[in-house]
Amino acid sequence: MNPRWQWAVSALALAALIGIGLFGGRFAVYLTSRVMILSIFALGYNVMFGQTGLLSFGHAAFYAAGAYGLGLFALHVTPHPLLGILVGVAGAILLATVIGFFCVRHTEIYFAMLTLAFGMMVFSLIWNMRDITGGDDGLVGIVRAPISLGLFSIPINKPQAFFFFVLFFLALTMFLIFRIRHSPFGLVLAGIRENHRRVEFAGISLKNYRLGAFVISGGFAGLAGALGTLLERNTDPFSAHWSHSAGPILVTLIGGLQTFMGPIVGSTVYIVLREIIFQYTQNWMFWFGILLLVIIMGFRGGIVGALAGKSKH
Amino acid sequence: MSVQSIVHVCLAGLSTGMFIWLVASGLTLIFGVLKVLNFAHGSFYMLGAYCCFSALSLLGGNFWLGVLIGPLFVCVAGCLIERFFLRRVYQLQLPYQLLLTFAFVLVFDNLVKMVWGGGSLGSPSVPGLSGSVTILGRAFPTYNLFIIAVGPLVALGLWGLIEKTWYGRIIRAASSDREMAAAIGVRVPQMFTAVFTLGTWLGAMGGALAVPYVGLLTPGMGEAIIIDAFVVAVIGGLGSLKGAFLGALIIGLLSAFGTRFIPTFDMFLTFILMAAVLLWRPQGFFGEASR
Repeated sequence: MNPRWQWAVSALALAALIGIGLFGGRFAVYLTSRVMILSIFALGYNVMFGQTGLLSFGHAAFYAAGAYGLGLFALHVTPHPLLGILVGVAGAILLATVIGFFCVRHTEIYFAMLTLAFGMMVFSLIWNMRDITGGDDGLVGIVRAPISLGLFSIPINKPQAFFFFVLFFLALTMFLIFRIRHSPFGLVLAGIRENHRRVEFAGISLKNYRLGAFVISGGFAGLAGALGTLLERNTDPFSAHWSHSAGPILVTLIGGLQTFMGPIVGSTVYIVLREIIFQYTQNWMFWFGILLLVIIMGFRGGIVGALAGKSKH
Repeated sequence: MSVQSIVHVCLAGLSTGMFIWLVASGLTLIFGVLKVLNFAHGSFYMLGAYCCFSALSLLGGNFWLGVLIGPLFVCVAGCLIERFFLRRVYQLQLPYQLLLTFAFVLVFDNLVKMVWGGGSLGSPSVPGLSGSVTILGRAFPTYNLFIIAVGPLVALGLWGLIEKTWYGRIIRAASSDREMAAAIGVRVPQMFTAVFTLGTWLGAMGGALAVPYVGLLTPGMGEAIIIDAFVVAVIGGLGSLKGAFLGALIIGLLSAFGTRFIPTFDMFLTFILMAAVLLWRPQGFFGEASR
């Protein structure tokens, strides 16, 4: 897809989102909020997975860091949403820096296993430290307080208002990630994916760039976690479980690896298709498994890749 | 802490360890030869348990008949998966291989729910091994002693197969250099299918034997065991059977003592150990130094 098309599609998607926010029913608004939050998670994840080819099974831990960071801050300090998000993202970035520092020493399968180990450490702490995290109940009773900005305050308690709050962060995420992808940093990451030896011979420290990508994707995972907590008004310990890390991987793959819009398209397909299949059967994951098999065996570019390929020929 | 409780914690640890080993052995064998980390191995374990359950109820309720016949169905599934799916992704990047096996996890987990229902199924009784024996004045389930005995037997069988037979020599040759083995006439694709099927059988067998051990069959049982098996396989060095056996013992004992003394950090401890091994000795205790 050429850049002009990309802008057109983005503008169209934005218009559709605003339309849903203004005129959509309660359920449509809620569902679209979830699509947007998953998109933020997947867009961030794709900075590392799509750009450097590293497969992490530990990013659920950073999602949970954002979720519990915001939750604990809201319950014990102040329910101000912006400050809570700031705390959540900062917590996720801090955790990603520490965990990433160790994980980027390896690649491929050893990297995947290391992220799995660290992610499950975080899960086991959340699961077992009942006094702080609420154990298997999670944190409950988190309110969506109005955003007070000194002179005036914006209420976000209503689903519609919160929808636009999330939309703002999705737009911010898209802008930031677009800039990252086209910055020298992003180009080096793409270089690492294509041929890491050559990049290394150019005198670039692979570890530092991988760590950079790891921390960036961890930060966005934290943002998604904080927003998800505000949406559901509670936290779920299983948001830190390794299987939750599979979410962004699945949607990135469905939408299209290495494409900018892929994660968003994938998130939409994932959540909407899930609701549709759910009408007929409880076992919707079965069909996602089949879909994943089809994509891996035949359409490795995902939906966006397939569409872009067609427009090229 | 008395001698009696130390012995019993050790016994509990040994049986947990041997039980994880039964599952991890197949995972390690497959990784060692095919270099594919198989997420679906936990699903094979689960399918083994469910197929054993169905086979034994169809064939008049004898547990041992179920253990013999149930896993064979899973083997067929494993064979087909290698032949028609995995074989086509060996040349692709690692994420695709991992995600392919992950796709099978989703398919099988939900297939089990569709076929056997989402609830849990009770365990059948084991002729000859139900009940318990008294060790140092406290009861210990006989079946767990049986698991402790089966683990080393499986290890011995695998060691014999790989180190002492003609097939084992071919397997070792192909796993150390795929192309060279093919050049000297080893039919590598067929051998990979055979090894994958054997690995599947080990996983399914672990599941079938788990039926009385864990007591309940639930659709989530595969996902729970696969992480334990990963931990064990990593600690022992990915692909090393000897290492996996030792890793299983360590994890079994660690979790038994952990549950006894620091229940809050029991799970945490396991993953700390896994991360530490990956960082300082990624080849594991028995893995080769160069990788």
